[in-house]
Amino acid sequence: MVGIKDATAIVGIGQTPFAKQLREDERTLACRAVLAALDDAGIAPGEVDALASYTMEDTDEVELAKAVGLGDLTFFSKVGYGGGGSCATVAHLAAAIASGQATVGVAWRSRKRGSGPRPWTNTDVQLPTPAQWTRPFGLLRPVDEIAMLARRHMHEYGTTRDHLFNVALACRNRANQNPSAIMYDRPLTREMYMTSRWISEPLCLYDNCLETDGALACVVVSSERARDCAQRPVYVHSAAQGLPAQHHGMVNYWNDDPLTGPAWTAARHLWKHADLTPQDIDVAQIYDAFTPLVPLSLEGYGFCGRGEGGAYTEQGALEIGGRLPINTGGGGLSEAYVHGFNLINEGVKQLRGTGTAQVPGAATCLVTAGEGVPTSALLLRT
Amino acid sequence: MLSPVTDPDGAPFWQYAGQGELRLQACADCGELRFPPRPCCPHCQSFASEWRPVKGHGRIWSYVVPHPPLLPYYAAQAPYNVVLVELIDAPRIRLVGNLVARAGAPLDSVPLDRVRIGARVQAVFSPEGLPQWVLERP
Repeated sequence: MVGIKDATAIVGIGQTPFAKQLREDERTLACRAVLAALDDAGIAPGEVDALASYTMEDTDEVELAKAVGLGDLTFFSKVGYGGGGSCATVAHLAAAIASGQATVGVAWRSRKRGSGPRPWTNTDVQLPTPAQWTRPFGLLRPVDEIAMLARRHMHEYGTTRDHLFNVALACRNRANQNPSAIMYDRPLTREMYMTSRWISEPLCLYDNCLETDGALACVVVSSERARDCAQRPVYVHSAAQGLPAQHHGMVNYWNDDPLTGPAWTAARHLWKHADLTPQDIDVAQIYDAFTPLVPLSLEGYGFCGRGEGGAYTEQGALEIGGRLPINTGGGGLSEAYVHGFNLINEGVKQLRGTGTAQVPGAATCLVTAGEGVPTSALLLRT
Repeated sequence: MLSPVTDPDGAPFWQYAGQGELRLQACADCGELRFPPRPCCPHCQSFASEWRPVKGHGRIWSYVVPHPPLLPYYAAQAPYNVVLVELIDAPRIRLVGNLVARAGAPLDSVPLDRVRIGARVQAVFSPEGLPQWVLERP
């Protein structure tokens, strides 16, 4: 059987500015990000024959393709579950290209979450959760749903607010090195964290990601084609999606172990098809809509044992020079929250050696999508 | 208040709750309880189901305390507790609800320092037909 290991590479990345509010609409931002990624790759729009994005993306393939002048498309795919789909967009393109269904793929996400309404305020639309069992009781927002798991993790394993602060601080410190990050000029201190307002106890303001307008895209081609592109190829070494048996989305409360989420399922497939182990990873981009997702993901992807995700963050482990630098552009907490697509592009920057907080000699990068929902992950390598 | 927006699978739960009864869907062939309700049994794939009464004893498995921004009905009662109750009868089933001083009391009617993981609770029902929880030893 022919797999996807190292069969494809990301050869172009593009992004718009990030801001609380951008003037242009989502469709225009999508076009700008896609054209920037193609320009970065040195590939003409007419050569694109595959697209992948999120089911929550409002700019559809027809609108995007006709606006930027894409060629005849033979593969297009959308992945569900919000930020759980980020890495899967690249995975779908990699699978399509490796199996001959397409030759040049573009994945993208454009979202005006900063300008737009908070999704949970819409009481007419059921969020992708079993809302009848949760919302009447005032468990209204994603932060409430994840705080429930965070409280239990603290109770069972001794995870503390300081551990969650370590996550927020690592992301903020990297954002302070990244001029494109929303929080570039806004340092975070422990005092600020510990005295900030609650959002859903035990989670405070700084445990929550940003609300951002912005768009990003990347270009995937075969490894053979990648050698002729303008940029150093970043190979898709392994890719996985994960929807565990008897999983319930963000309200994963009705099975044997609610704290074992989709990361564990994705990780098993990811490492099984890789030549690498967690110990071989130089830098990681871990989906951080909320700080507790990071310790959960560290456990799920095998960087530490069950329940050790909080303690793993101690002694600067997540900082540059620590044992696993994470979210080197600032992540969703401090660079931009665009459903995790900035984590993919940051992984590419690190492996090109062009990160604003560059991990010296980084040759391997794990990128993850949202834990706590059906998820996905990528192992990238030089 | 957000009333439950139910579906064909969930409707019987709310009908029984409206009568002050806590019932859970169970497979009519293999007997396994399942929650949330769904069309067929994940253990034996049978489409036959029944609604089995449960005692409504549980323990708080986890809880959160939401603060604004929230929808207006909930913001007016914030900060309030939302508890996740693990049923003694069915440990894999954890019901989301509120710990209240008595049936029908507001979401903020129990002091927050009384909300503890492991506390034993008992189901009661609000006038709107929502299951709520009271401490067994208040």
